Amino acid sequence: MVGAKGQTPVISIQGVTVKFGGIVALDSVEFDILDGEILGLIGPNGAGKTTLFNCLSRLYTPTSGNIAFMGESILGQPAHRIAGLGIGRTFQNVASFANLSVRDNVRIGAHSDTRSNPLFDALWLPSVRREERKIDEVTADLIGWLGLEDVAELPVGGLPFGTQKRVELARALASHPKLLLLDEPACGLNHDEVSELGTLIKRIRDERGVTVLLVEHHMSLVMSVSDRVVVLNFGEKIAEGTPDEVQKNPEVVAAYLGDGH
Amino acid sequence: MTQTVHTNAQAPSASVPPYQPAPAPQAKLLSLGNIVSLLVLALLIAIPIFSEGFFVFQMTQMLVYATAVLGLNLLTGINGQFSLGHSAFYAIGAYTCAILVELGGVNYMLTIPIAGVVAFVFGFLFAFPALRLEGIYLALATFALAVATPQLLKLNAISDWTGGVQGIVMFQETFDVPVPFGLPMDPGTWTFYLTLFVFAVVYVLALALVRSRTGRAMMAIRDNPIAARSMGISLPYYKATAFGVSALVTGIAGALNAIVIKFVAPDSFTFIFAVLILVGMVIGGVGWLQGCLIGGLAMLYFPNIAEVFDDIVLWVANIGGFADALPSGNEMQQQFIRLSGVIYGVILVLIIYLAPSGAGGLLRAIAGRIKRLLS
Ligand SMILES: Nc1ncnc2c1ncn2[C@@H]1O[C@H](COP(=O)(O)OP(=O)(O)OP(=O)(O)O)[C@@H](O)[C@H]1O
Ligand SMILES: [Mg+2]
Repeated sequence: MVGAKGQTPVISIQGVTVKFGGIVALDSVEFDILDGEILGLIGPNGAGKTTLFNCLSRLYTPTSGNIAFMGESILGQPAHRIAGLGIGRTFQNVASFANLSVRDNVRIGAHSDTRSNPLFDALWLPSVRREERKIDEVTADLIGWLGLEDVAELPVGGLPFGTQKRVELARALASHPKLLLLDEPACGLNHDEVSELGTLIKRIRDERGVTVLLVEHHMSLVMSVSDRVVVLNFGEKIAEGTPDEVQKNPEVVAAYLGDGH
Repeated sequence: MTQTVHTNAQAPSASVPPYQPAPAPQAKLLSLGNIVSLLVLALLIAIPIFSEGFFVFQMTQMLVYATAVLGLNLLTGINGQFSLGHSAFYAIGAYTCAILVELGGVNYMLTIPIAGVVAFVFGFLFAFPALRLEGIYLALATFALAVATPQLLKLNAISDWTGGVQGIVMFQETFDVPVPFGLPMDPGTWTFYLTLFVFAVVYVLALALVRSRTGRAMMAIRDNPIAARSMGISLPYYKATAFGVSALVTGIAGALNAIVIKFVAPDSFTFIFAVLILVGMVIGGVGWLQGCLIGGLAMLYFPNIAEVFDDIVLWVANIGGFADALPSGNEMQQQFIRLSGVIYGVILVLIIYLAPSGAGGLLRAIAGRIKRLLS
């Protein structure tokens, strides 16, 4: 496990199993994500990558096993507390607030990082104005950082797929997450956009100090940005190591070529 | 190894735009929306100056309905929850006002905010069991609430308070709404301005709420509940709050209605009235709060559509010379009352087909056309 920036695990996945009726979507999966690293998570379709993401964001509850974030189990937390703890995410198929503007989408991303109550909000009290200013600053910063100024006031639903994905990224970053989960961010992007995305993921880690868990089918992207890679197949972890190690692993090669199954 | 496994990827292109903090645009004070709002407000203020009597009363009623439409729109348009039961919250507001004024001797103006708070509590409490219900099931639960409300109000056990089937006649001692501060106005004009004031305050607060963090959370839930949860938004909290706030606004409308009509009775608050609020919201534009005045107008005139239809049939019959063939008098009225339900339905379906986003959508489409023509 070389290549990691730090040695403290940000999140530790401990024997996580998820069953849907007869299907075992995850089978005792176990690995750590270290502070400041970019960890690639790969595996063929249906391997269980999104299922693991959904466990990390508490949309699913594992059948058994534990997930510890910064040393504490998150399994007792409801889904809406996860962002506040410092875990942000994007979705495999974009999950935007389609009728709202790009700016409002990003503002909503800052929800977990800010406080208000409906009564004060309706009266637009000074405390509300202060909080809104904070939200607006974070939002403007991210909109600039991700080059979304031109579309900032447009409803997200009508924007191209690639732009929507960037909006989701901005939205996830607005809560200043410690750990960012990216589910296939390159899906649907063209060649240039993918290489831009690679640069961007590194900048998110380097400039914003965010640890990244990257699920991706685009191998050259995963291998170029990841410090380490974990490989899932049929719900089981079959390999873990540096990109080089993983690519030489015969089991991984077999899984991708479809041998042995 | 698969063809995609190439580690030595291309040099990262530096085409990510450089970091530039862009200021968030400040809301302009003299935006088109604000100018239109002020014009409409001026127009409303002028109504009692240039007209009197029945028309002022109708416009008062329209403002009351507009408030109710605003309330429902906060739930359905902003938060994406359905309700066929808003007649119930309207009734709660109306009865709170009537009971406090007649039995408690409370100043009627003071009962307006109290009615809002009482309706909020009912709405919030109703929402909790209803939280797990989606779409058609929520519609059914609220429908049940609407159907039960008039029956509950008729219960003997509480008839000392509610007046049972008879309801409550208000302002029995003064015979009319007392005009405060010795203002030189007739009660009709005064109730108009009181209603306009309350409507304006509620409208401004509702718009402020929608623009705030709370409002954005509600809209996020409407657009994508799963993503909303992952952004840290508690669904139970914001859905119940939306229900409560919506009931609050609708309850205030109910209290205003009691003051304007000077009378409350169970059968004014049937399921039909809940549907009428829904019609007002659809015509005004779901999710477009500014459309509530149009919705109020629609609620005011929609029930008259059957009468208009009635007149048209008679007119055609007279010209065509087959007036004798029509059923006469009472019998004809009976038939048209039955027909009116069908006509409402047909018109509503037509509106939903032709202008699915209501008046708001139409206006925006027209504004867009004009802008394109000008540019
Ligand atoms: N909510 C669910 N109910 C039932 N089965 C599910 C559910 N979610 C996932 N599965 C099943 O779990 C397995 C893993 O699915 P998952 O979406 O996690 O795969 P994935 O690795 O993300 O695949 P892909 O690369 O295609 O996105 C699949 O067999 C899938 O059908
Ligand atoms: Mg997936």
